[in-house]
Amino acid sequence: MTAPNHNWRKFKNALMQAVTFTCAILVVAPLVLVFYHLVKEGFSSMNWAFFTQLPKPAGVTGGGMANAIVGTFILLGQAALLGVPIGVLGGVFLSEYGSSRLNWWVRFAADVLNGVPSITWGIVVCGLLVVPHLPGFSALAGGVVLGMMMIPLVMRTTEEVLQLVPNGYREAAFALGIAKWRTIVQIVMRTALKGIVTGVLLALARVAGETAPLLFTALGNQYWAHSLTDPISALPLQIFIYAIGPYDDQHRQAWAGALVLLLLVLFVNAGVRVLTRDRFQRKA
Amino acid sequence: MAAIANNMVVTAPTPPIAVNATALTVRNLSVFFGDNHVLKSVSLDIAARAVTAIIGPSGCGKSTFLRALNRMHELVPEARMTGEIRLFGDDIYAAGIEPVIVRRRVGMVFQKSNPFPTMSISDNVTVGLRLNGLRDRKLLVERTEQSLRMAALWDEVKDRLNAPAISLSGGQQQRLCIARALAVQPEVLLMDEPASALDPLATSKIEDLILELKKDYTIVIVTHNMQQAARMSDFTAFFYLGDLVEFDVTRKIFTSPAKKQTEDYVTGRFG
Repeated sequence: MTAPNHNWRKFKNALMQAVTFTCAILVVAPLVLVFYHLVKEGFSSMNWAFFTQLPKPAGVTGGGMANAIVGTFILLGQAALLGVPIGVLGGVFLSEYGSSRLNWWVRFAADVLNGVPSITWGIVVCGLLVVPHLPGFSALAGGVVLGMMMIPLVMRTTEEVLQLVPNGYREAAFALGIAKWRTIVQIVMRTALKGIVTGVLLALARVAGETAPLLFTALGNQYWAHSLTDPISALPLQIFIYAIGPYDDQHRQAWAGALVLLLLVLFVNAGVRVLTRDRFQRKA
Repeated sequence: MAAIANNMVVTAPTPPIAVNATALTVRNLSVFFGDNHVLKSVSLDIAARAVTAIIGPSGCGKSTFLRALNRMHELVPEARMTGEIRLFGDDIYAAGIEPVIVRRRVGMVFQKSNPFPTMSISDNVTVGLRLNGLRDRKLLVERTEQSLRMAALWDEVKDRLNAPAISLSGGQQQRLCIARALAVQPEVLLMDEPASALDPLATSKIEDLILELKKDYTIVIVTHNMQQAARMSDFTAFFYLGDLVEFDVTRKIFTSPAKKQTEDYVTGRFG
């Protein structure tokens, strides 16, 4: 009863294992490479001035990206104000209300929107807010475009995590005579809260790095923006401007800016991991 | 007597119910899911302060019948019913009657214990009261102890009321769900195979509890376990393929049923 192809099968198994292992490494490799490169090129420029000073005029060494860092957070704040309520409530509708026919179309639309190139979003908002000077190039326009991009992302993840809440909890609440909206808010959404927050954070991390839609909405600014109707700087914009600039110091700052942006995204992802680690566990 | 004793601890007065009173009157109840005729013109009276068991093979409509009693079947979008169900005389399907109101009077315990995972033990007990607008802390605390005592869980959890509900064992979780249903002081308690996911020891605790509860509550229980039905119930209804085949005093169903089909089922010849 000897298996004739025993060694051949062992070889095939080892080969495929090696191939899949290589592919897994190829997934991790870019992150390591990018991180290594950013640290190598940008870490030396990540000094106190980088975080506290405005950009110096082109050709002058020194200065920083303080306005771009703050600008990114202002844009993300506006985006969250627009994207989170609409996205979360839209997700609630898809999961808890809605007919399957209507939901199919809403899901389809959201998935198409998630696939729309970000520059298209930029053009749309440029046409809606910038061209008619409502209020033109501004922090507001930048926040709106990032917020609009967040809506379908947040909506789909919210729907998914709400669907993960076992139906038994809804039934238990209904059987206690608890009204539907209270059941949704206090039972279903509360059970899925970590998942909803995770979706929001990931959507924020995703739009934090968007550059193209900001080019003709937020525009960028060498100085502080004094109101939301002023053009505003953002990290990706400042990186873009410095990366195509002619001076070495600009390039170094662009690397540093990219490093900060990456760290921001890493930080959010790590935070999400911590948040989702103890699902259904809580301190008594 | 039971009603009077009950009134001394309970704040919302339950009207004294005469012995042999009817809690639920079901007339010509049919339920359809889409084109599927699941319950076929069922009529029966459910006695107050007694245990009525619903038995029958899977798919016979027992759960649907139970869920029609507190309008839970309406959660299925294509569900539709005809006929009449009266709860102590009130038509629960009358125009203008919200399902929410019906469910406050007719509570339910499910096969799979489902305490809310984000809440502590005591929050689970009072959730039905709190989310219906009750704010009185003192009353909530009172009702927590009272409900947990009725569910025979108080002694096991009184020192850790703020622990997460999901830290309890399976049997304890199910008794917590019973306490949660009792806290809103329903008039009828529906139980959909409440012990079928539990080990024998936990099952016997639930059964003891049900026998205790029937002094104050009307209980309708769906069970797959024939011995359980025989042990606990006062009345038994046998359903088969959506029809109510036979409904009688439990002893009669299990010793001298009128229908051959019932006899075959309770003696284990089919189902």
